[in-house]
Amino acid sequence: MSTSETPDRMVKVPSQPARFDLGFLRSRSARTSMIVIGIVLAYALPLLRPPIITTPDSDFGGVMTEAASYALVAVGLNIVIGYAGLLDLGYVGFYATGAYTTGVLTSEHFHWPFFLALPLAIGVTMVTGVILGAPTLRVRGDYLAIVTLGFGEIIRISILNLNWLGASAGIKDIPSPPSIGPNPVGATGDGLFQIPHIAWNGLVPLIDTQHTTPFLVFDVLDAIPYYWLLLTVLLIVILADYKIKDSRVGRAWEATREDEDAAELMGVPTFKYKLLAFALGAAIGGLAGSFLASGQGGYINPNSFLLLYSMLFVAAVIIGGAGNRWGAVFGGFLVAYLPERFRTLSDWRLLIFGLCLILIVNVRPQGLLPPRRTRRALAARAEIQELEGEAVDV
Amino acid sequence: MDFSFLFQSISPLTISDLFHQFAPLTITGLALGAIYGLIALGYTMVYGVLQLINFAHSEVFMFGTFAVAWVVVFFHGTSSTSQGLFSTLGLLAICLVAAMLTSAAIALLVERVAYRPLIRKGAPKLIILIAAIGASFSLSEIMGLRDQIVGWFGLKDNLSNYVSQARNVYSSPITIDPHGLFSIGNYRVTDVDLLTIGAAIVMMAFLDQFVRRTRLGRGIRSVAQDPESAALMGVNATRVVQVTFLIGGLMAGAAATLYMIRIGTTRQNAGFIFGVKAFTAAVMGGIGNLRGALLGGLVLGVAENWGAALFGTNWKDVVAFVLLVLILLVRPTGILGESLGKARA
Repeated sequence: MSTSETPDRMVKVPSQPARFDLGFLRSRSARTSMIVIGIVLAYALPLLRPPIITTPDSDFGGVMTEAASYALVAVGLNIVIGYAGLLDLGYVGFYATGAYTTGVLTSEHFHWPFFLALPLAIGVTMVTGVILGAPTLRVRGDYLAIVTLGFGEIIRISILNLNWLGASAGIKDIPSPPSIGPNPVGATGDGLFQIPHIAWNGLVPLIDTQHTTPFLVFDVLDAIPYYWLLLTVLLIVILADYKIKDSRVGRAWEATREDEDAAELMGVPTFKYKLLAFALGAAIGGLAGSFLASGQGGYINPNSFLLLYSMLFVAAVIIGGAGNRWGAVFGGFLVAYLPERFRTLSDWRLLIFGLCLILIVNVRPQGLLPPRRTRRALAARAEIQELEGEAVDV
Repeated sequence: MDFSFLFQSISPLTISDLFHQFAPLTITGLALGAIYGLIALGYTMVYGVLQLINFAHSEVFMFGTFAVAWVVVFFHGTSSTSQGLFSTLGLLAICLVAAMLTSAAIALLVERVAYRPLIRKGAPKLIILIAAIGASFSLSEIMGLRDQIVGWFGLKDNLSNYVSQARNVYSSPITIDPHGLFSIGNYRVTDVDLLTIGAAIVMMAFLDQFVRRTRLGRGIRSVAQDPESAALMGVNATRVVQVTFLIGGLMAGAAATLYMIRIGTTRQNAGFIFGVKAFTAAVMGGIGNLRGALLGGLVLGVAENWGAALFGTNWKDVVAFVLLVLILLVRPTGILGESLGKARA
């Protein structure tokens, strides 16, 4: 069966250049093992510290934690921008809501344990999303951008001016997630067991028993356990994202994004689904914010939630390829990782980052990893253009 | 639960403050709003033609403010003095020209580098938005790194008056001393207030007539209305987009001059918050609508000042954004509605 299908498909799309044959990857077992290897590699990355990829000027574990956090935010924002097609320029507001709810519940005013505060933080952020979305999602696309941008600023300024939320001093001493195993802080024999790092002598990997990561202790000394936790959360969210995107809800989002009026005519309650996308995106933002608050430093202040970060999040989703969750993950990773990797450039980092944004969108106007549907649409357009000559150019 | 922390700043005292300070708050608000309005014209024109938010416009404005300060340093030196408006009119005219030219050049550069290649490729709107954000970052950073950039050419010492401490506040050595002319209520309206508001209204009127009456203005309106039909009628869309950016840049340069007359200091990130406000003003008035941009600016400026008096200066940005949301709820396309294309000739 499958042997006769492949050439058939090749005949259908003759204009598409054959890139490289990945046919052997199509089998189910090969795919599964690739995914497993990928996940294991992702978990092991901060231990492996591969040369070139590792960041020489800052703690690689910390950078990877930040990258995982950005990837999580980007996956959440991808639901809003990529699936539902709503431009949200104030996403950092949800990030802040999640972080501050956690901060208030675990440190500033109450002393709840982290995993009790987490669901409430997600809930509060989700409600915030609904409260913001209910009135504003009725205004048309581009207006939404400025309204959400204003919302992000309102949240930040409110935090900055309310003493109840710590004002400009922020909230400190937010407890980390609970550790597993014995945990005398600072000792080397803590945790259930120790995992050695890899040190590289040129291209030769050596096992470095001097530097180990205790499993599973969350304290200020080692960022890697936080990375593992975030990566696990990210994988769970991506799994949920698969489920929801392939459901009726995902199709409703897609229809709404492509043509709201047509979707409405077909019986899709577009407002309801837009609100759902907004609330889900907000909840994931709050989740990421909650983990930011209880992260390695256990400290948040209003400067962690500048408008600039909203722009970075949007940039992450769009250069990754809006609508593709793996694109969002990759974009989030890049936006967090590149400035740290090139820390040696110090003053020039932001300038180079800005120029890179322009360059990337020029080289890949569909994003680095566009969703399959965009690729198909592009191929179709190219085909029409070929048939009609130079005429179509809008 | 004690909610008093939310409302601590509203007290009978501040409400009576607003009442007593009504005239000064309103007039300085109008002057600030006039500057917002002029910047907002740039956002609104580009949006009207391309349906794109030009995020780099705040940097177009920021370069204009630096041009003003540099011209003053060039003619006057760095010794700081304070002078009346009328004794500096000649210098200010040169500043205005320099700022308008600088801002227009930057606007054209943004169009050429960040917009045109992507529009040609038919890239999605969001991608162009990212290019504009990238251009905004880059321009702001170029200004913040100007000492090092100038250093490559070995000019750092010659130009130290212009480039030293590039990331700090840079101020114009001449501060303009406002001179009271007549009273409204308990406020003496100054020549600077009149100049700011008057200049904004005059420029607005000129631009409005330009778009309504001239051939080029008709081209702009036709592309805003329907780019494809306009192209079929022989309108050169690229040219129209270029003119749109040029006009936006010129207006931002004028706004930059007025800003420097009133405030006198700038820095590499000074454009950001002003840009956000101006964009808010454009949306408030009805994006794509020229008169709406100025009206939105004035409303925003006044609302901010009143809000600052009522709730404290810390909350004035919150007042501005809440007002925006309220206006959009009542009138979803802004106060005057969107209409760059619909204006009748």
